[in-house]
Formats: sequence, C-alpha cells, structure tokens
Amino acid sequence: MEGAVVLLDFWPSMFGMRTRIALAEKEIKYEYSEQDLWNKGELLLQMNPVHKKIPVLIHNGKPVCESLNQVQYIDEVWNDRAPLLPANTYKRANARFWADFVDKKLYDLGSKIWKTKGEEQEAAKKEFIDCLKLLEGELGDSLYFGGKDFGYVDVALVPFYCWFYAYEQCGNFSIEAECPKLIAWVKRCMQKESVAKSLVDREKVYEFVLQLKKLYGIE
Amino acid sequence: MAVVKLLGAWLSPYCCRVIWALKLKAIPYEYIEEDLSVKSPLLLQCNPVYKRVPVLIHDGKPISESTVILRYIEEIWPQNPLLPSDPYEKAVALFWIKFADDKSPSISKLYRTDGEEQQQAAKECSEMLEIIEEHGLIEGKKFLGGDEINMVDIAFCSVAHWLGVIEEFAGLKILEPHKFPKLSSWIQNFKSVPVIKENLPDSDKMVALLKRRREMLLASKSN
Repeated sequence: MEGAVVLLDFWPSMFGMRTRIALAEKEIKYEYSEQDLWNKGELLLQMNPVHKKIPVLIHNGKPVCESLNQVQYIDEVWNDRAPLLPANTYKRANARFWADFVDKKLYDLGSKIWKTKGEEQEAAKKEFIDCLKLLEGELGDSLYFGGKDFGYVDVALVPFYCWFYAYEQCGNFSIEAECPKLIAWVKRCMQKESVAKSLVDREKVYEFVLQLKKLYGIE
Repeated sequence: MAVVKLLGAWLSPYCCRVIWALKLKAIPYEYIEEDLSVKSPLLLQCNPVYKRVPVLIHDGKPISESTVILRYIEEIWPQNPLLPSDPYEKAVALFWIKFADDKSPSISKLYRTDGEEQQQAAKECSEMLEIIEEHGLIEGKKFLGGDEINMVDIAFCSVAHWLGVIEEFAGLKILEPHKFPKLSSWIQNFKSVPVIKENLPDSDKMVALLKRRREMLLASKSN
C-alpha cells in the first residue's frame, strides 16, 4: 500500500470530493493537484485518455479513473482501517446498488435544474426530489447508509450536498423542506472531519454555477 | 443447497450477462422469463426502484442491476474468476465495465430512433467503438480480459451481438471490419466461447421483435 498518491481534481466536483473523503477516512497522505478543466494539462490527458476527466487517482504512477472505482480501490488497498464497504456480501451488493443509483440519477437531474427553466426544470426538480426521497427510505432510521458506521453510500452521496444550495437558488425550491431526514443525515456526516474538510462551501459552488451559466449563455 | 433464481427477458443483453456468468461458474439456477409488458408482482417487489430485469434472487434475497449482480456472483462463487484479483487490474476492469454500461444504450437508440436522432446515436456508437479499439483491446490478446474471457468481455456483449443484429435490419454499417480490426477479431473470439455461443438470443427472433418495437415506437412518436 506504500507509494505516492496523487489526486487530479477540480474543487467543486462532487466526484472528486468522494475520493477526498475516502482518502481522509483512511488517513492517506496525498498530493492534491487542482486541474484547469478549460486548459487540460498533459498529465490529466495522459492519465485519463478515454474521458479526459477528473478525478484521477494516481497510485505509484498508475491511474485509477471514475470516483466510485477510486473509493473501492482505496478501500481494498488500505484495508486495515476505516472500512467503507460492508463485510457482508449481500450488504455490499446493496451498497453498490445505491451508490450506482446516485450516479445514474443525481448529477444529470441536478444539472437540468440549473441549466433549464419552465416545464423541463419543473420535471427535473420533481424527479430529483423523488430520488432523494427514495434515498431517505433506504436510510430509514439508521445514522448512516452504512448503518451505525459511515460507509460507501454515504461517501457517494454526501458531496452532492455542496450543490443543493445552487440547485435551490436556480430552481426556487427547498430541499430541506422536502427531505428533512436527508439533511439531518448530512449534518451528521459533516461532524466527521473527513467530510468537513473534503466538502466545499456551498455559496462558492453557487457562484461557480452562476459563472457557468454566463459562460454557456444560460439565463 | 441455496436456491438461485433469475428473472429475465430473453432479448435483454443485461440478462444475458448474468446468464453467462452463472453458466461460466457452473451455478445451477431457475430461469423465469418476464413479460415486460405486464410486469409480475415478484419483479415489482424485488426491484421496486427500476422495475426491470435482470433480478437475481439468492436465498430469497433480490439483487438488481446487472453489474451489481455480476459483482455479487463473483464474490459468492469465486471459481472461474471473472475479475482480476490484483486491486489495480481490477480497477482497470471496473473502469471498462462502467464504460460499457454508460455507452451501450447508444446501441439500442439505433433501433428506437430515426432521422437526426438515429444519426446522432450512430455517431455515439462509432465513438464508443473507436475508444475500445484504441484503448481497450491489447494487441495479441484474444479477449478484453486478456487470455481468458472475463467480466469486461461480458459487459461489452451489446457490441458483440446486439449491434450487428440492429445494424443489419436498420440498414446501418458502423462496425466495419477494416475500421475496427481488433474489435472484429474480439467479437469472433467472444462468440466462439462455448457458453456464449450456446446462450445467444436467436438473431432472426431478435430482428422480428426489434422491428415490431421500432414500428410501435416511431408510430407513437408521430402521433
């Protein structure tokens, strides 16, 4: 497990935050390398030639791409501390299912909320809330999605919280009003140092979204 | 002996993925064909989130989404491994499996659309094939998994079989052998593996059903 760890990342990326949290949970020292996505560097293009996207985790010079893949890799290699995936095989499958659900749904719906208006935006808002409610159902009365311990699905989902404020402002709605249990779960996660230091300020994310809207000519 | 059941649909590449994994590991199972136009109470109960096949039921417990199922099968029945044991090699395999999951829907878009939309789908398919040809296939290796078939090969099944069938009846030519020599060679190798060869949906039946579906979809679009 020894060897240099580098993370190519972009500060507001909820995907990069997942990997930051996993590295922090395992107390792994690494070099954080902020990438300019409008002027991609040679290293990024070389390490992720297929997608040319962040985050890229580089361990001993070899790249691991895709954030959930990185979290699983970190969990497997540094397996002597802070386990993120459950030990039970069925529970592990369930964790993968819900992390995959987050991947399939939240980013695209969230993007639609800040990029569109009118009917399209309303439809996206509704579906987004429906997805969060399904996740609330899965959480149930547990402290975390991992049960009494913070785990894989918690890592997969909590970074999206940084973008909730931007979605709310752009979509004129309140996520906390619709999903109070989920926000309570977020607050529990934020008490963990690994999460608090990996997530970014939600107002800065909103400013960034406003810049993106200007850049893409979106009202 | 634990009971394994698979809720599936014969036409679905995602269901075939699971069937192949079970057969490659010689796991006995009971197959239940689902009528997707009238979903059974069992399916809706086992997969309330997506309401779709495949669903694996092991000891009465359901697992949904083909890639999640494949990982589960791999962990419960480690014989004839379908993933590398080395964490880095496994991460590379999982990267390609996710790529297959993300990009394969372009293939079914080919029969669901026409005009500009279909052209866009054809462009997406072509880009996907170019990436696999350039980055996914290792010179001299028979399979995406290396010398032996593995989960990555299984994940790209839509490219190996469904694409060819759809191209033929839609009158498209995207996977041309001279443009994609390594991929064409891989398809032949993949379909020669006995478990795959004996468990591929019949092309003629596929064409008949996809043609009907296409007619219905395009008719409902214009209404």
